[in-house]
Amino acid sequence: MKRLLILGAGTAGTMMANHLHHHLSADEWEIDIIDEETEHYYQPGFLFLPFDIYEPEDIVKPIRQFIPQGVNLIQESIDRIVPAEQYVLMEGGDRLRYDILIVATGAKIAPEEVPGMLGKEWKQSIFDFYTFEGALALRNKLREWEGGKLVVHITEMPIKCPVAPLEFAFLADSFFRNKHMRDRVDITFVTPLSGAFTKPKATAALEHLLDEKHIHIESDFAIEQVDADNKTIIDYGGRTVPFDLLVTVPTNKGDAVIERSGMGDDLNFVPTNKATLQSKEWPNIFVLGDATNIAASKAGSVAHFEAEILTENILRFMDNQPLKEEFDGHANCFVETGNGKALLIDFNYTHEPVEGTFPFPGVGPLRLLKESRINHMGKLAFRWIYWNMLLKGTHIPFVSATMQEAGKDFD
Amino acid sequence: MSERIIAGTPVNVNEEGFMTDFKQWNQSIGTELAGEASLTLTPRHWQVIEYLQTEYRNESPLSIRKIGKSGVVDIKEFYQLFPNAPLKTAAKIAGIPKPASCI
Repeated sequence: MKRLLILGAGTAGTMMANHLHHHLSADEWEIDIIDEETEHYYQPGFLFLPFDIYEPEDIVKPIRQFIPQGVNLIQESIDRIVPAEQYVLMEGGDRLRYDILIVATGAKIAPEEVPGMLGKEWKQSIFDFYTFEGALALRNKLREWEGGKLVVHITEMPIKCPVAPLEFAFLADSFFRNKHMRDRVDITFVTPLSGAFTKPKATAALEHLLDEKHIHIESDFAIEQVDADNKTIIDYGGRTVPFDLLVTVPTNKGDAVIERSGMGDDLNFVPTNKATLQSKEWPNIFVLGDATNIAASKAGSVAHFEAEILTENILRFMDNQPLKEEFDGHANCFVETGNGKALLIDFNYTHEPVEGTFPFPGVGPLRLLKESRINHMGKLAFRWIYWNMLLKGTHIPFVSATMQEAGKDFD
Repeated sequence: MSERIIAGTPVNVNEEGFMTDFKQWNQSIGTELAGEASLTLTPRHWQVIEYLQTEYRNESPLSIRKIGKSGVVDIKEFYQLFPNAPLKTAAKIAGIPKPASCI
């Protein structure tokens, strides 16, 4: 009996368990999935929780509910991976030998990376919304906040869901408008990037929206420290931005187990072949989702497309066939723009988001890079798709793992 | 993409003014591009530029964090040498593409 071990039962790991369980013979392969947590969070919901759009129960369910019968769920902490000897050392001292390892340990916020961020103002006037606890604490703050300077801030790239901070700023604009207090709130979007986004066409569209909503942007801002006493963030060039309420996206890092295993880069992301999703160092280790160092978005849609391609590659690896170099960095993200609207972006390693129609070329019904209500309905419907189809590895009709070029307005 | 003359040499640049063919770069071009950014290059500037070019040749992605850990320069000094948007400015002078942040 051979063992396939999956580390992490988040979005990526759970999808792999479901895909592989379907393909592998139980007589030949044992599939184990390890996660120290018991609850699975719908992370896109962290954007909506602070604004009272979702309730906590909308976005959390037991991990066990999504692990198929026949896959062994181990709810314990991992000490380290020992790739040279093909085993995982558990915190309790057990050694789990593997034939194939899938690393899906995700990314976490590391607010300790910026001096002054964690301190007396953390969860008082400085919040994150990339954790359930952070998003909930921010909800409670926003319910009673009376206005002032709201600063929405990205510490450094890469981060999970790179559009989420912008969406937060857009939703904040609508939220305060609906509360009839927009005139008492000054919103500033602070980013280390040179503009609202990393790709030119989407940046132009998003900056237009920022302007329309009277959200100021401070770009090229590489934060050095938070001065909690004076409620100011300071960059390496000495530039300062004052805040009354700081909503920050701290540095994102791979899991500490990657560091303990000596398998990561300086942010604990695992060097991974961007087309095959095989570890660059260890042939029988595969990596997907937020844990990789590839230059694709750290987003659920990316993990979903990766999972379809990685499943095929693992089956090929088991058969001693060459891996398919198929992953193209495909990402597909709804961007909430407030007032019940959203826009949709669809892109990959080589093609930036452009205007067009999706998923049916020339038809839609979704429009790319344009605000619309139907895109917003798509984003809300996605929560159902996530819990009921995506995690279970069900193919989403009409949406292919690699990006489709038809229906897009390239120059 | 267009061609322009820098320090007497025709070079290819993109719409943001970044050189698109590193092989065309030389020190005179670097000096002239620095002048366009109102910078006079000191030996410290050149050390940083050489570091960036080496990383580029090694196909190693660049970030502010990485510069800070390079041992060549700390982030504070990097900002003093190339004010405002140091990575972008230094990359442009070094003749390498604008560092793409992962998204």
